Amino acid sequence: MPMGISCCAIEMMATASPRFDISRFGSEVMRFTPRQCDVMIVAGTVNYKMAKVVRKIYDQMPEPKWVISMGACASTGGMFRSYAVVQGIDQFMPVDVYVAGCPPRPENLLCALLELQKKISNESVIGGGQSEPIPPKRPTAEPTGQPA
Amino acid sequence: MTNAEIVDRIKAQLPESILGSEEFRNDLTILVRKDDIVRVAEFVKSDPDLLFDLVIDVCGVDLYQPEQRFEVVYNLYSLNMKRYLRLKVRVGEDNPVVPTVTSVWPGANWHERETWDMFGIKFAGHPDLRRIYMPEEFEHFPLRKDFPLMGIPDSLSLPRR
Amino acid sequence: MPARSADEVKISPILKALEDQDTSVLYDPLDNTMVLNIGPQHPATHGVLRLLVKLEGETVLSSVADLGYLHRGYEKIAENGTYHEFIPHTDRLDYLSPISNNVGYVLAVEKLLGLEVPPRAQYIRVLVCEMARIASHLVSVGSMAMDVGALTVLLWTFREREKVLDIFDVLCGARFTTSYARIGGLQQDWSPQCTAMLEAFLQEFEQDVVEVEALLRTNKIFIDRCEGVGYLSQGDCVAMGLTGPLLRASGVPYDLRRDNPYLVYDKLDFNVVTAKESDALARFYVRIAEMRESAKILRQSLDALPAGSYNAMNPKRVLPNKERTYTKMEELIHDFMLINIGIDPPVGEVYQAIESSKGQLGFYIVSDGTGHPWRMKIRSPSMVNLQSLPMMLKGAMISDIVAIIGSLDPVMGEADK
Repeated sequence: MPMGISCCAIEMMATASPRFDISRFGSEVMRFTPRQCDVMIVAGTVNYKMAKVVRKIYDQMPEPKWVISMGACASTGGMFRSYAVVQGIDQFMPVDVYVAGCPPRPENLLCALLELQKKISNESVIGGGQSEPIPPKRPTAEPTGQPA
Repeated sequence: MTNAEIVDRIKAQLPESILGSEEFRNDLTILVRKDDIVRVAEFVKSDPDLLFDLVIDVCGVDLYQPEQRFEVVYNLYSLNMKRYLRLKVRVGEDNPVVPTVTSVWPGANWHERETWDMFGIKFAGHPDLRRIYMPEEFEHFPLRKDFPLMGIPDSLSLPRR
Repeated sequence: MPARSADEVKISPILKALEDQDTSVLYDPLDNTMVLNIGPQHPATHGVLRLLVKLEGETVLSSVADLGYLHRGYEKIAENGTYHEFIPHTDRLDYLSPISNNVGYVLAVEKLLGLEVPPRAQYIRVLVCEMARIASHLVSVGSMAMDVGALTVLLWTFREREKVLDIFDVLCGARFTTSYARIGGLQQDWSPQCTAMLEAFLQEFEQDVVEVEALLRTNKIFIDRCEGVGYLSQGDCVAMGLTGPLLRASGVPYDLRRDNPYLVYDKLDFNVVTAKESDALARFYVRIAEMRESAKILRQSLDALPAGSYNAMNPKRVLPNKERTYTKMEELIHDFMLINIGIDPPVGEVYQAIESSKGQLGFYIVSDGTGHPWRMKIRSPSMVNLQSLPMMLKGAMISDIVAIIGSLDPVMGEADK
């Protein structure tokens, strides 16, 4: 469910728009009620006042549920190192996929969705729902292109 | 009207209320006595030559000096003359109470609430003085200079993990 | 549930404020009124706005708006960093048109310094501000239509918006939060590729606006849901301090680009769009007409774009060119000093505002002579516009709430600072 809070919410809306089209990957339906959702995408800065609301809605989602933390602000507090901002939602919620960027490009969010789908397919019901961590991709060839 | 004419006009009507005026980069700032702010506000709003009817902003400044620590700044605009005016009021830390101007400009309501929330300056006569940004149970005033940037630990609670 | 006595039940301050606002003289022994929480997480509140409404049946008796769910402490962050460090933060204020916030902030700092910017930079700033205004109005028009029920309009306006974001991508490197303006000029120059993209966009834009309007102009459902809804008289608008499309839709022709011109707006020819009805439908049409005026301004600026440098020649205050910083000594030293210690402004205070797509976005900067601002106050139009929401909601029905919030077009990043 899209927990769109600030600027990343606009990029999430752009991901749902015709050009980037999140429905290609099976996530066409963005329901705003937590009772019908599997994935919560926290997009935007979470401050202390909003943290209670986000946690409440996370608690209202039925199992199995996953969380994508979209953007720098949700993952680590981002560029706002101040008294009002929670420095990362993993201080009060478990997170499955972190997406970097401020805001992440829509292609980045789609990549995160595919990573989550890969992670879920690695989980096994028999083993108690534990999933193997996906190893990071090592670069196999020389980097091409001009240096930045 | 030039800036000097505006100051003269207000001084002619209310001479003891004006404590000083200055001009910087073509902006006019007038320092007003704290208890007379409502009368000055009513005059600049209703006088047919001035007509400063749009309240742009009301904010507080923490000067961090021993006496007269806080300053409340009123930024006004006249749709008639198409110019800005700034009124300032100084108030001390021991009794930070300023009369409210919501009777003159109803739009100053939330601005004064924000000044209360961020600095702790009370507005006497305000219809609804509550915190606007921080949660209601927060006990400190964030924009004061002695409040640290990262906040005071345990002043805000997080839900359990 | 055991019954609680009157002194045990403590009413929270916000509920008490809701009760105080209710001016209907209803003696209500059957307790027919209900308090509904339209919470911060809601599909139609345009961000994290919390609204408490007191309802009798479906009619709103009174309402109270609760902000602060996106308060990030901008003003405290500004006091703890240099003037240059605050430029990326200004992007996140009105996050639908980030470039115009950059330009507004930089204009305020340049007013403080008394810095003159070369004409090429001014024209490019006008170009990007107007493109940002078009992008923001597209989202606003689309989301208001979506809230009322016309979902197609949102998809079409987002398709147009992608074209504008592509131009920003080529110009600044980022689609969205761009940080394009610098104190004394811009980050990098306007390129011929951007000119070609902008001309292609302008050729199709008029037709696209006509298509979007054609869906809604005679649509009976849209008109019935928006006409007469959210009326606020002209006197009330001025008393509450509203600016932008809301004030213009009530008949006051106040546009900062015309009345206190900044950049090169006094050389450009455009109309100030007003309407008389001051309801949701009027505001919607004012925004669509403003998009057309912005397209006119874009064409004129593109034709009149002068050659020259895009940064002011003032090495003590303007960040030097990146390639020269890496190769020449003086630029390296200046870059180091400007980043670490900051520019040295005079002592004083300024207020500078621009006409952003929501209203008047202003920065009040108090400087004490060091590289950090002593106080930075952001006058956000969305917060002032939201102040009038309880007045507009009195007597409306629940389904009107969504249309009214859509016509107000609040952006919570700006309203909560």
